[in-house]
Amino acid sequence: MKVQLIFPELFQLLIVAGLFLQSIVQGDRAAPLKKWLPWAAGLSVLVSLASLGQNGLLFGQTYQVDRLSQFFKMTVSFGFFLAVINGVGQPLLEKEKQCDYFLFMALSAWGLMLLCSTVELISIYLALELASFSFFPLVPLRTKSLSAAEAAIKYMFIGGVATTVGLFGFSYILAAQHTTDLNQLVHISWSWSHSPMAVLGLTLFLSGLLFKLAFFPFHFWAPDVYEGAGNETAAYIAVLPKVGAVAVLLRFSPLLKPGLEITTILAVLAAVSMTYGNLAALVQKDVKRILGYSAIAHAGYLMVGVVAGTPMGVAATAFYAFAYVLMTFACFWVICRESQDGRNLKLEDLKGLSSRAPGLALVLAVGAVALVGLPPTAGFMGKFFLLSAAWNRGCNWLVVIAAANVAIGLFYYLNLVRYAYTKQSPEASEKAFNAQGRSSVLSLSGGLFLAGLVILFGILPELVFKMLMP
Amino acid sequence: MIEAHFPILTCLILLPLLGCAGVLFMKTPVAVRRWALGVSLAEMFMGLFLLQFKMGTADFQFVESIPWVPTWGLRYFLGLDGISVFMVALTLLMFPFCIICSWTSIINRVREFHICLFVLISALIGVFSALDLVLFYLFWEAILIPTYLLISLWGGPQSDHAALKFILYTLAGSALLLVAVIAFRMEGGSFSIPALMAHSFSVNFQQWTFLIMALAFAVKVPLFPFHTWLPAAYGQAPIAGSILLSAVMAKMGAYGFLRLALPMTPEAAHCFAPLLIAMSVCSILYGGLLAFAQSNLKKIIAYSSLGHMGFVILGIFLFNINGVQGALIQMVNHGITTGALFAMVGILYQRSGNHEISGNLGLGKFVPAFMGFWGFFAFAGFAFPGTNNFVGEFLILAGAFERNLWLGAVAVPGALLAAAYMLRPTQKMTWGEPSNARDWRDMSGREWACMLPMAFLVLYLGLAPTLCLKVMNPTLNHLISAFQSRVPVTLSMDKNFHSKPERGGRP
Repeated sequence: MKVQLIFPELFQLLIVAGLFLQSIVQGDRAAPLKKWLPWAAGLSVLVSLASLGQNGLLFGQTYQVDRLSQFFKMTVSFGFFLAVINGVGQPLLEKEKQCDYFLFMALSAWGLMLLCSTVELISIYLALELASFSFFPLVPLRTKSLSAAEAAIKYMFIGGVATTVGLFGFSYILAAQHTTDLNQLVHISWSWSHSPMAVLGLTLFLSGLLFKLAFFPFHFWAPDVYEGAGNETAAYIAVLPKVGAVAVLLRFSPLLKPGLEITTILAVLAAVSMTYGNLAALVQKDVKRILGYSAIAHAGYLMVGVVAGTPMGVAATAFYAFAYVLMTFACFWVICRESQDGRNLKLEDLKGLSSRAPGLALVLAVGAVALVGLPPTAGFMGKFFLLSAAWNRGCNWLVVIAAANVAIGLFYYLNLVRYAYTKQSPEASEKAFNAQGRSSVLSLSGGLFLAGLVILFGILPELVFKMLMP
Repeated sequence: MIEAHFPILTCLILLPLLGCAGVLFMKTPVAVRRWALGVSLAEMFMGLFLLQFKMGTADFQFVESIPWVPTWGLRYFLGLDGISVFMVALTLLMFPFCIICSWTSIINRVREFHICLFVLISALIGVFSALDLVLFYLFWEAILIPTYLLISLWGGPQSDHAALKFILYTLAGSALLLVAVIAFRMEGGSFSIPALMAHSFSVNFQQWTFLIMALAFAVKVPLFPFHTWLPAAYGQAPIAGSILLSAVMAKMGAYGFLRLALPMTPEAAHCFAPLLIAMSVCSILYGGLLAFAQSNLKKIIAYSSLGHMGFVILGIFLFNINGVQGALIQMVNHGITTGALFAMVGILYQRSGNHEISGNLGLGKFVPAFMGFWGFFAFAGFAFPGTNNFVGEFLILAGAFERNLWLGAVAVPGALLAAAYMLRPTQKMTWGEPSNARDWRDMSGREWACMLPMAFLVLYLGLAPTLCLKVMNPTLNHLISAFQSRVPVTLSMDKNFHSKPERGGRP
């Protein structure tokens, strides 16, 4: 076994171990996390960048290291790094719980990294559970918040049901296709007429992943969890589970031939998901709820590339998942900086942002414009690649619906920009004065870095494809 | 294809963006304005390079082509031909004009205003010079956000609503265009516009792609049933916004028809021509009537713009050389005249603080230079012989009569209406009682400086349009002959029609 194949995972495990040790040593005292965790997370990104080119099969053909898995691991570790620098010192988290909080965060990121490489149904299931169970305790860690507790229970119940259903589906797949190896499964016929049990099993199995993706009809948790969880936690949950889920879905993508029942089911659900998410977001007032519904819509967009079932579709989806991390985080970055006491932001609270903190307003505008899918951002390029990959793959209607959805989504994303750029009322000026202190050089440069990446990959998307396909 | 020795188009696109970076270092509003004017003049000066344009060929010139995203077959592919060179020139002309016009009227967020303007200009040049479909779409959509911000942040009292209406309308119109772009690539094998022009698609494919394109372009122009965003946006936008919306952005739609719809989907264009012609005739007449009923000067010009753009689209869908020539010349002329008229309204607003006719009465005696310019541009606005609009409208009407007697007869009242709605405010503003202008200052040196070149162009293009025609003719001849070779029906029908004028009454 070549150890260098799993350097990113090992390094992430090292971070987990470090956090574990620290939480034991420190006990109830505040841990000096700020000193080392951001650096360690940053180093983890570099390690996964360095191991992009690795290739190989491990652990008895259950663990595949290839371009795709390494790219997604890089995305996960990058997302973890962003979540750490975003979340260190968050206002609504008691000091003594910080260590446990980041321990679970690091553990879930590790689970997602494993998920990116698993190519066998049981190991997929295990990695998925590892990631899910570490996500659940993150949600209620928000000081004295009932809605956070409610969100955590919802998240856990829906998650539990989804994974149970997935396990049930797994038994059907095993019974019908006699193998759990994905590389064999994708070459077997999946038509209803050939083996209805297998198709049913696969549909059920995927539901565990679709839950992570906040995909219709497993989307109910998203707006509530986003709203209930702390801003920083919501940023993390909004971004990373999706990356892991997409990585596994893309492994299934080659079996989604045009015209198969399972392809049609996923395509129809994708159309419903994006339309429902966009329509429901139109009337929201809470910024995090807006992003929650936008997540449902984006789950639909991501699925467009998966149902394409071609290498181009895989590349397009991977690009879009990466862009999604950047643009969603850009929005959350501004929300976390703007909400200095950690409470939820209404649209009204964004008023006057452009005069209080012009830099943050710009970051929010770039993030929102990218989420709409307007050029010159990575969001536009990503949508373009997704739609081109899906054209002539038996679901052109889905492409048309996805394109039309861009116009529906425009209104609520634009609302973020509109409120940020309207003048604030005079009585809010005192609050504005206080907020001035928080838009420090560090927070501004972090936001501008994200916005810069969103635009950079919108103009030069080839940079990502160079990492993705040699 | 004639390759560029020097990447002039890239430089024209990049210079305003670099100007944005410069704006950030300017300390005072005056410094920002001076810097902006400097950048715009430098841009115009660089635009003189385009004078190397070779006449007598329909080829694309100043072509730059490098791989952009090879994985997906996208190229960074720019070039100009006899159609787009006019549009780029018009954009370059409007750039310093807009900056001078907003010299005193923009007081808040001066820096952000000029950044928006720069980004907008750079995207506009991109639209008119892109030869790769995806690049075209990218620039096309990139215009939305800066325009939205221009209208909403620096506009009138209801600007937020107007800006929202504008962006929702235009994005809804063009969202499906992306599907057409992708479909063209899958059917035609390339995103390159010149390659797709040479490819012939199945009629069914042409029809649905044409309808998608027509929707996007008709909203942008705008044509009759899709025009409802226009009065709000033109009326509420700051002067520079109104100028760019009417003078340049409206042309994007017409340019789209000329560049994409006609050459790439000729059969469908022929098939749906009656629909488009009906829409444009409605725009001409309805726009004229609406303009006649307005009391707000900005709205009069806005609706007159609807009518004029109706003429342009009518000219394009006549499919004969006169019509297309007239349409292209009218695009340039309408840009100059409407831009100048909006600027005049802006000058007026600085003095009276009012866009209503009733707030600007009896100016003739007190601000004669202003009224002189106003009258001049108003005459140009209703195509008085000798002014530039006359050439365009004459050619379009000639083309319309050539195609069908009744069609011409229906369009002519549009030209008459224009005289009515332009003369009514002019008369009241000159001689109306009681005068509002007792202590007004007449045109300042800055205002003279921006109006004189426009007035010169109005006369020059009106009296000597030959040079323009010479530049555009090879491209347009190529366009029409390629069209007629692929849609032989039109040609034979029109020929028959000429030989038997007695049948002319039949539509």
